Amino acid sequence: MIKTSLRAASVALALMLAPLPVMGAGVEHILIDKQQWPFAGFRGQFDAGQLQRGFQVYQENCSSCHGLKRLSFRNLVQPGGPEFPENSVKSLAAGWPNKITDGPNDKGKMFERPAKLSDPILGPHKNEAEARDAFNGALPPDFSVIAKARGIEPTAPWYTHIFLMMRDIATGYQEGGPDYIYALLTGYKNAPKDFNLSDGMSYNAAFPGHQIAMVPPLAKDNFVKYQDGKGSLEQNAKDVSAFLAWAADPSLNERKRIGWQVMLYLLVTTVLLFLAKKRIWSRIKH
Amino acid sequence: MSNHVSSYKPLSPMAKWWDDRLPIARLIHDSFVEFPTPRNLNYLWTFGGILSFCLVAQIVTGLVLAMHYQPSGADAFNSVERIRRDVNFGWMIRNFHAVGASMFFVAVYIHIFRGLYYGSYKAPREILWILGVLIFLAMMATAFMGYALPWGQMSFWGVTVITNLFSSLDGVIPGVGTAIVTWLWGGFSVSGATLNRFFSLHYLLPFVIMGLVILHVWALHVAGQNNPTGLDLKHKSDSVPMAPYAVMKDAVGLFAFLIVFAWFVFFLPDYLGHADNYIEANPLVTPPHIVPEWYFLPFYAILRAIPSKLGGVLAMFGAIAVLFFVPWLDTSRVRSTKYRPIYRWFFWLFVISCLALGYLGAKPADGIYVFWARVFTFYYFAHFLIVMPIVGLIETPKQLPRSITEDVLGPDKHTGGGMGIPAGAAAAPEKR
Repeated sequence: MIKTSLRAASVALALMLAPLPVMGAGVEHILIDKQQWPFAGFRGQFDAGQLQRGFQVYQENCSSCHGLKRLSFRNLVQPGGPEFPENSVKSLAAGWPNKITDGPNDKGKMFERPAKLSDPILGPHKNEAEARDAFNGALPPDFSVIAKARGIEPTAPWYTHIFLMMRDIATGYQEGGPDYIYALLTGYKNAPKDFNLSDGMSYNAAFPGHQIAMVPPLAKDNFVKYQDGKGSLEQNAKDVSAFLAWAADPSLNERKRIGWQVMLYLLVTTVLLFLAKKRIWSRIKH
Repeated sequence: MSNHVSSYKPLSPMAKWWDDRLPIARLIHDSFVEFPTPRNLNYLWTFGGILSFCLVAQIVTGLVLAMHYQPSGADAFNSVERIRRDVNFGWMIRNFHAVGASMFFVAVYIHIFRGLYYGSYKAPREILWILGVLIFLAMMATAFMGYALPWGQMSFWGVTVITNLFSSLDGVIPGVGTAIVTWLWGGFSVSGATLNRFFSLHYLLPFVIMGLVILHVWALHVAGQNNPTGLDLKHKSDSVPMAPYAVMKDAVGLFAFLIVFAWFVFFLPDYLGHADNYIEANPLVTPPHIVPEWYFLPFYAILRAIPSKLGGVLAMFGAIAVLFFVPWLDTSRVRSTKYRPIYRWFFWLFVISCLALGYLGAKPADGIYVFWARVFTFYYFAHFLIVMPIVGLIETPKQLPRSITEDVLGPDKHTGGGMGIPAGAAAAPEKR
C-alpha cells in the first residue's frame, strides 16, 4: 500500500505541474518491434506457464492501480487460460484485497464481502471518480481488453502497404496489442537532452508523445521474481503482455482449434464440389 | 425468363393438389431449377448467390446476438464483452457477424465491379441495376448503424461525425440541419437514446434489404442474366438449366469464399476492425484519428477531399447517387468491356481510383493525402460523367461473336432451335 500511495502521490504531483499530458504528437510514427509470442499467428496457442507468470506480474505490480473487471476469478481456472488449480484460485479470490460490494442485506445496507470464483477481478477503486481522485484526474485504465484496445500504427511507405497487409492476413497477425504493451513496459528511457519533459512525467519511447503519467512499473533492478527465483524486466514485460493478451481474448485456443477443423472441412468440401462441378459440366462443351 | 413456358410437372397427387392452389414448387422449379443461365458464366457470377448467403448469415447471427445484446449507453459495451466471454460460442457468433459485415461488402464490391465491367446495367437491366444500388445504400445504412452498437470509441465518434454531416444543411436553410441532427440523435448529443434507435433500425433494415433482394432477383429473372460476352440469349444452346450447372458452380464459388470468410472469423477476427473500438465510448475523449470501417473509406476520402462541409457531403452522397444514372451515362452499344479496347483502360483506372481513395480515407486529411484524394475524387466522377458518355460514342468495339454458343464452341456450331436471328447492331457493332 505504501508503494501505491507513493506512486499516487508522484502521479498527482506530476499532474498538478503538468495539467495536460501530451497526446498523439501528430505525424510522428513510432516504430514498435514485433515480438515472438507462443500464441501468435494462425497456429499459436497460449502457454499456460507464461500466463501464470504473467498473472503473478499483474498481481504484484499492476493490480494496485489497474482492475480486470471483465474477468472473473473462475476464468483463471478455465481451459485455455493460466489454468491455475481451482483451490488456489478460491483462496486467491478470498484474499483479494479489493472486496466485492454486495447487498442490500436484511437491514437494507450494502456490505463488503470477500470475492468468490464467480466474482470479477476488481481494481482498488470503486468507480472512475474515486480512481481519478486518487490520481488527480488521471485514470488507470481497466486491463480486461487493453491488449485489444492497443495496436501498432503502420509506419511503412504507401507502396509496401498492400504487401504488408497481405502478409499479415496470410500469417494471421493479430498481436499488435501485446507488441505495443511490451514496447511500452520496456520503453522507459532517459529523455533526450532537447526533450521538454514535464516534472513527474516519465519518458517512454513507445508511448504516443513520449510523456507518460505512469511511473515505470518495472525496472532493470526492480522486477518480479518468479517461483524459481528468476526473472528480468524483459521476461516480466513479456509474460504480463501475454497474460493481458489472454485476458482480452480468453477463447483464443478454442477459436484457433475449431478454426482448423472448419478450414479442413471447407477445403475438402470445396475440392469435392469442384470435382463434382467438373463432372457435371463435362456433359456439355464449355 | 418471363416468356418461358413452365415445364414443371407435379409428380404426386399431393403436389398436383398444391400446384392448383399455391404453385410455390412450380415457382421454385421455374426460377431456380429449370431457369436458363448462359453457358459461359464465369466465377464472378457466383457472387449473387454468395451475397444471398451473406444476407441470411447476417440475419441469423444477428438474431442470436440480439438475444444477448443490451442496447443502452450504460450496458452495450459490457454486453458485447459478455457475449465474447460468457455466452456459449458467443465469440464465434459475434466474430461471424462482425467479419460477416466486411465479407458482405467484399462480395458486393466484386458484384458491382463485375456489373460495371460486363455492362450488366444496360438495357433491359436498368431496373435490376437500380434495385442493386438501393440494396447497396440500405447495406451501408445497416452497416453504419451496426458499427455503432458495440459502443466503443470508434462507434461513438463515427456516429458523431457522420450524423453531424447533416448540420451542413444549416448552410442552405439556417436551422434545418441542426433540427435534423437533434431529431436523429433523439437529444442534443449522441447518447444512449441514439444507440437505442440505431439498434431498432439495424434490426429493421435487413428485412428491407431482403425485400429489395426479392425484387432484384425477380427483375433478374425477367431480363435474364448478363454474361461475359454481353450478348442476349438467342439459341437454346446458349443456355444451360440453372440446376445442376449454375447451382453447382455457385456452390464451388460459395465454399471457396467461405474459406476466406472462415480465415478471418477464426484467425483474424479483429483485423478488419479498429483497436479503439475496444475502448468504451467516452464523449469526453476524442480519438486522434476517427476512421470508419474499411468499406466506407473511399466515400470518407471523397467527403474530406472537398474543402466545404456541405460540398463534401453532397460529393459523398453524389458518389453513390451517380450510380443510379449509369445505365444512361454509358452510351456504348456493346455491353461487355471485353470488346471495348478504349473503355477497358478507363475501367481499370476507375478500379485503381477506388482503391486509392480507400487508402487515402484511412490517412489523416492533410498535406499530400488531400491532394491525391482530390485527384482521385475528380476521376471518380469524371469516369461516370465524362468518360462513360464520350468513350461510348467515339470507340469502335471489337468484333463480337455472333452468339454465346459461338463464343464458347467456335464459329458455326449452333445447335438446337430458338430464334436464330442475329440482332443487328449488337451482333456487328463495328459496322453500325
